Amino acid sequence: MGSFAYFPHTEDDIKVMLERIGVGSMDDLYSDVPAEFIHRGEYDLPSAMSEEEVRAWFSDLASKNTSLKVFAGAGAYDHYTPSVIPYITSRSEFLTAYTPYQCEISQGTLRYIFEWQTMICNLTGMDVANASMYDGPTAAAEAVRMCVASTRKRNSVVVSSRLLPSVLAVLRTYARYSGINLVETDDVYEAVAEGTLDLAGVIVPSINRFGIVESHLGLADLVHGAGALLVEYCDPSALAVVKSPAEWGADIAVGDGQSLGIPLCYGGPYVGFMACRNEWMRKLPGRIVGQTVDAEGRRAFVLTLQAREQHIRREKATSNICSNESLMALWCTVYLSLMGPEGMRRVNALCYEGSHYLHDALLATGRFTDPFEGREFLKEFALKPLCDVKKLQQALLDAGFFGALETEEGYVTFCVTERRTRAEIDQLVKVIKEAAL
Amino acid sequence: MKYYDKLIFELGRKGRCGFSLPACAVRESDFAGRPLWRTGNSSELSASVWRESPLDLPEVSEPDVVRHYTNLSQMNFGVDTGFYPLGSCTMKYNPKINEEIVSQFNGIHPLQPAETVKGVQAVYDFMDKALAEITGMKHFTFLPCAGAHGELTGLMLMREYHMSRGDLARTKVIVPDSAHGTNPASAAVCGLDIVVVKSRPDGLVDVEDLKPLLGPDIAGIMMTNPNTLGLFERDIKEIAALVHECGGLLYYDGANMNPLLGMVRPGDMGFDIMHLNLHKTFSTPHGGGGPGSGPVGVAERIVPFLDIPRTSGFHGNFGIILRACAYILSLGRENIKLAGKFATLGANYIKESLKDCYKLPIPTVCKHEFVFDGLAEPNGVSTLDVAKRLLDYGFHAPTIYFPLLFHQAIMIEPTETESLETLDAFIDVMRVIAREAADDPEMLHSAPHNTPIGRPDETTAARQPILKYVKS
Repeated sequence: MGSFAYFPHTEDDIKVMLERIGVGSMDDLYSDVPAEFIHRGEYDLPSAMSEEEVRAWFSDLASKNTSLKVFAGAGAYDHYTPSVIPYITSRSEFLTAYTPYQCEISQGTLRYIFEWQTMICNLTGMDVANASMYDGPTAAAEAVRMCVASTRKRNSVVVSSRLLPSVLAVLRTYARYSGINLVETDDVYEAVAEGTLDLAGVIVPSINRFGIVESHLGLADLVHGAGALLVEYCDPSALAVVKSPAEWGADIAVGDGQSLGIPLCYGGPYVGFMACRNEWMRKLPGRIVGQTVDAEGRRAFVLTLQAREQHIRREKATSNICSNESLMALWCTVYLSLMGPEGMRRVNALCYEGSHYLHDALLATGRFTDPFEGREFLKEFALKPLCDVKKLQQALLDAGFFGALETEEGYVTFCVTERRTRAEIDQLVKVIKEAAL
Repeated sequence: MKYYDKLIFELGRKGRCGFSLPACAVRESDFAGRPLWRTGNSSELSASVWRESPLDLPEVSEPDVVRHYTNLSQMNFGVDTGFYPLGSCTMKYNPKINEEIVSQFNGIHPLQPAETVKGVQAVYDFMDKALAEITGMKHFTFLPCAGAHGELTGLMLMREYHMSRGDLARTKVIVPDSAHGTNPASAAVCGLDIVVVKSRPDGLVDVEDLKPLLGPDIAGIMMTNPNTLGLFERDIKEIAALVHECGGLLYYDGANMNPLLGMVRPGDMGFDIMHLNLHKTFSTPHGGGGPGSGPVGVAERIVPFLDIPRTSGFHGNFGIILRACAYILSLGRENIKLAGKFATLGANYIKESLKDCYKLPIPTVCKHEFVFDGLAEPNGVSTLDVAKRLLDYGFHAPTIYFPLLFHQAIMIEPTETESLETLDAFIDVMRVIAREAADDPEMLHSAPHNTPIGRPDETTAARQPILKYVKS
């Protein structure tokens, strides 16, 4: 004993502790466990590895993944991560802290969450934001639940089928067990106008799964006229240049913070955000940080409105969420601090120019048509391939690219972020032009 | 810790920036201030999709950003700065090698085809096998991003199992009164009604109270074992038999798995579905409240349903799963057998060392944590006062006022990574505070005195909420 780096116990320490407790061995501390449940054999696990062996184990596995230039989006975007961010978020004081329940020694966490809430409000135009959700899709599911909770005796939510597949899958899952009636449709205007008596909400994408920046002109009036709430699912990076949920008249804004410089990392950890208008504040799920003062009048920040939460209200809470994605909210907060309004405009401009350049070049190959001609897009777009999709995808993979994600309609989507260079885009087009498809 | 009063919005000047971006790769154009992006396209509807309202974000240089967040961090307590005896939270040491290995997986898109992510798949496969071995479950899903998210996913699986058998009347789940608040909340989100089973005076689930609750409407029971009093539910075999006999399933809340790590497997106790908190038992950092990871394991008969609930967008928090994987490799089959034992040793040591000055309602052997019911001689000093005074002495507070069974609950969990010297220092301070309660209770009512801020006005914060920064 004492030979493992994370356990500080020496033989003498153990003896002292057992004596104080008044038992003869550590096994005696398990005398309340029925003997048949004590696992006596060896665990079928590898033998303990040294730090260097652990490092080598992962390097070996990492080398078994194929490094690809990412021309895909669909809810995970290859934006650049400024070096400052991992530097800040890996500071032990942030990384190894617990949830800031003891506010006197957690002002660092509480302040960055307050900043995050402010930035999410500023991007979305909403009044209040929470401290974060697990990811965009679960934030969307919570928003749907919030619509139902905020409108009495109403249980149907109209869902745009143009939301991302990952969002739709999670919405369907949550609805399946909570009994919420989801009405999936290509035309939300029509679905709302047709009218169901128990319409609680409508959820639409700001930018849809084809990359198109949607217009929601008049939708909020229609939804509010039906006594329901409007939820916008948005890409927070894009909100710097596309119309905000508030501008469209939405009540709730949700989405995934991943596009704010969070690495792809095979899908997580990312961070969901959720914001709403003041009138729905007390229906928000999750933690919320508020500003107050201490006894000496110093500005202080605390977790507030906790009467909504599971540790107080148990089954009557607005949600079951406890742990969230706090450190990833810090990640996004530092990103937005570095970028500022001009950086956000620039990064979107780079995406816009790159994606339009690729779009036009792909059409020029003659291997695609544009099913959405004339519609505005930002960094992602969908084309209808005139060739075999599987062969197209394989040709791209063989050349070190990941793109041409297939939609259920048989279209393929491409995404260009500020990280893609002219040379990479030209090379991708060349591969498609020259491949035998 | 020093008090630092800035918010990022109060720094910087118009025109300053902290970004570094490449020049436009393909075409040069100026977007600033132009709501219409694409020249030559001027239809009104099209124009209207672009943002017109101003975007209010900080305008600060890179050095300013670094200094601001470094200053903020210095008002924070973390595992790396001090001892966290926080019950039910398992604030163990977060190994640094676990952090180091993550970045080499950063560039992988979640929708990449299987043949390009063989290394990633190997990590999931290893973790599935390792966690199954450690818990006695058959397989795991890694989609849940936190413990409560795991509970929800697990309850969905419970419902799938019953629905697959046409057993649609099972709409209630039994939850002990000592359960974590997330248990009943998760059940509610999953569309289940909650039935509360009482604890006996000795802190364990009352089997006699349980029996009449069991019937054809019961989907299952959620148990935490050891429970939130740190007590092993020694009647678990009988409880499992009763619940199974009535057609229900047993859910294991893995929040308190740490004392059983390397000692006892939930699967062997009869549990059908469980979650693990990788950010507790498997050493990944709490990050000020997340990200965590809450993989859900199931017994063989639940395996066919494992992929049905899609409770998160892609594959769960892969970055956290990587860290937990590194921890298991470091522990190995040798050290895992000591983790739970050392956690239990530390908790019992603190309990026995302080039971003369703090009220110990249940004196039996505990597992990784235990609960005091306030000071033995309070002299008007509350659990909150004790907790706040601990901050002055450089310790994080224990979990307080939970579980709800005791009015002045102080729940202490030391974990296996704390040395005897640290435990002794904490015990000494707890004894000092007990003396201060006798000598100077007023001073404790206003504690803490040595932290960046004192006790905040929480009432005003909730009554007149200020939830974002507004320029004055």
